[in-house]
Amino acid sequence: MRIHGRGGQGGVTLAELVAHAAISEGKYAQSMPSFGPERRGAPVLAFLRISDSPIRVRTEIKEPDVVVVLDPTLLDIVNPTKDLKEGGLAVVNTKRSGEEIKEKYEVERVAFVDASSIAKEILGRNIVNTTMIGALLKARGIVKLESLEEPLQERFGDGLAEKNMRAMREAYERTNVF
Amino acid sequence: MNEVKGMSRKVALEGSHAVSEAVRMADVDVVAAYPITPQTHIVERIAEMVANGELDAEFICVESEHSAMSAVVGAAACGARVFTCTAGQGLELMHEVLFVPSAMRLPVVAAIANRALSAPLNVWGDHSDAMAVRDCGWIQMFAENAQQAFDLMLCAYRVAERPDVLLPAMVHLDGFHVSHVVEPVLLPEEGAVREFLPPSEYPFPLDPDRPVSMGCYGPPYIYTEVKKAQEVAIENAYEKILETFKEFKEVFGREYRPVETYRAEGADILLLMMGSYSETAALAVDALREHGESVGLVKLRLWRPFPFEEVCRALRGVEVVCVFERALSFGMGGPLCSEVRAALYHLPEGKRPKVVSFVGGLGGRDVRAEEFENVLRRTKERVSSGELEGFEFVGLRE
Repeated sequence: MRIHGRGGQGGVTLAELVAHAAISEGKYAQSMPSFGPERRGAPVLAFLRISDSPIRVRTEIKEPDVVVVLDPTLLDIVNPTKDLKEGGLAVVNTKRSGEEIKEKYEVERVAFVDASSIAKEILGRNIVNTTMIGALLKARGIVKLESLEEPLQERFGDGLAEKNMRAMREAYERTNVF
Repeated sequence: MNEVKGMSRKVALEGSHAVSEAVRMADVDVVAAYPITPQTHIVERIAEMVANGELDAEFICVESEHSAMSAVVGAAACGARVFTCTAGQGLELMHEVLFVPSAMRLPVVAAIANRALSAPLNVWGDHSDAMAVRDCGWIQMFAENAQQAFDLMLCAYRVAERPDVLLPAMVHLDGFHVSHVVEPVLLPEEGAVREFLPPSEYPFPLDPDRPVSMGCYGPPYIYTEVKKAQEVAIENAYEKILETFKEFKEVFGREYRPVETYRAEGADILLLMMGSYSETAALAVDALREHGESVGLVKLRLWRPFPFEEVCRALRGVEVVCVFERALSFGMGGPLCSEVRAALYHLPEGKRPKVVSFVGGLGGRDVRAEEFENVLRRTKERVSSGELEGFEFVGLRE
């Protein structure tokens, strides 16, 4: 799957956290950034592969099964959904309806949630990477929500880890899959 | 399968942090390094380890890579187990000093997150930096993934510090494609690492009570003999590297060879390369084998000392060898290919494969499995049309 965000929104961290969770469940996973010196605010990519068998391919992902869109403005700038595989899923942070997104961008399956509002409410800032993990897991149960507890704790430490976990659970509850 | 000593635990680690973890478990005494993309994560993590007490080492903050190598050379001369790491331009700035530990027989160990060279400025991965330090007298190995980066770091310390070797060793891992990828890594118990890598006992440490001079003046009447001794040392190191890989397997269960193969048995065409792209190339080999094509893969794990015998053994009698590499020697072609050709030159007619050269993946350009399939197709075309000279770019935009 491919994660689309802007520099500073934590797309790479999202991919790494889910990879950690998957590996802790005994699965194989591989996360990588879109290689290079990324700038805050510029569109950036991260890649994530999860499998039950060892992953040998080590290239960027051109035709993802899933795209996660952290920043809704990217939909009109780079349209992350355009090279989704047939039957692919877009997980989108948006205030708009999934129906609208599905029609406008011709995506077969959409999971949508207003992650920005959740993040602002719980974390106090519009950084939606951990919140969007909740949306992703609602749409695709690739790992258990609980498996994120340890990676979050390791990454963010006491207090902040719990807040991120809360934002993730909240998004999990509020996400609609369409 | 051998009995593996101690338990390993599978953890998610970035390639860079797998190297940092190896440095910690090796209980290194002195680290000096300067941050540079894509190596920075290695030394950043080690700095944290030293700061929070996980690694009891002297961390020397230096102002350049030239100083980093100079600092670890000095520390190694005192008998310390040392580490430094760099990439691309940093390795170039280090270049002058790289020749010192090999000639002074100091077991310095370095990790290189391979990166392209300027200009134009490019922080992404290729092997230009590695090729530029080809002749510096170090033992050099290439890792394909984070696990191998970890394992080869331990092998590097063990072999470098052997009293019958005493040479510096370099572990190459592809910038970004290995350094920045999070993937599963089996971490052994520290006890097993300690057993494999007991504290360094450098036989000639600097000591104020027994003063010696190291690396001083070598006028014409002695310089040639010193270089002969150095050449004998690295040639002799080859057998010790084999022993080290064997001992590694006995303790940790994973096997390394100077030259490794994948589905190479009975193949008419062998694709040969170094570094992380071989994992993707293996997928191309699988796809072509499924279509009845007789292709296989050869991975050069050990770059220096060059494993002539094993390269010949792996390639002898094969119809065609296709060398893919991520570096270019301007005006000459692929440097890896020229060495492979040289290794095969003495094979008798009929046993000597045809060799075709491809250069790609420069400056971080991805080479996908389908492109490796194209490389193998182009190999056949070039052989049948007799285009064996020169080299071809992979994925060139024209």
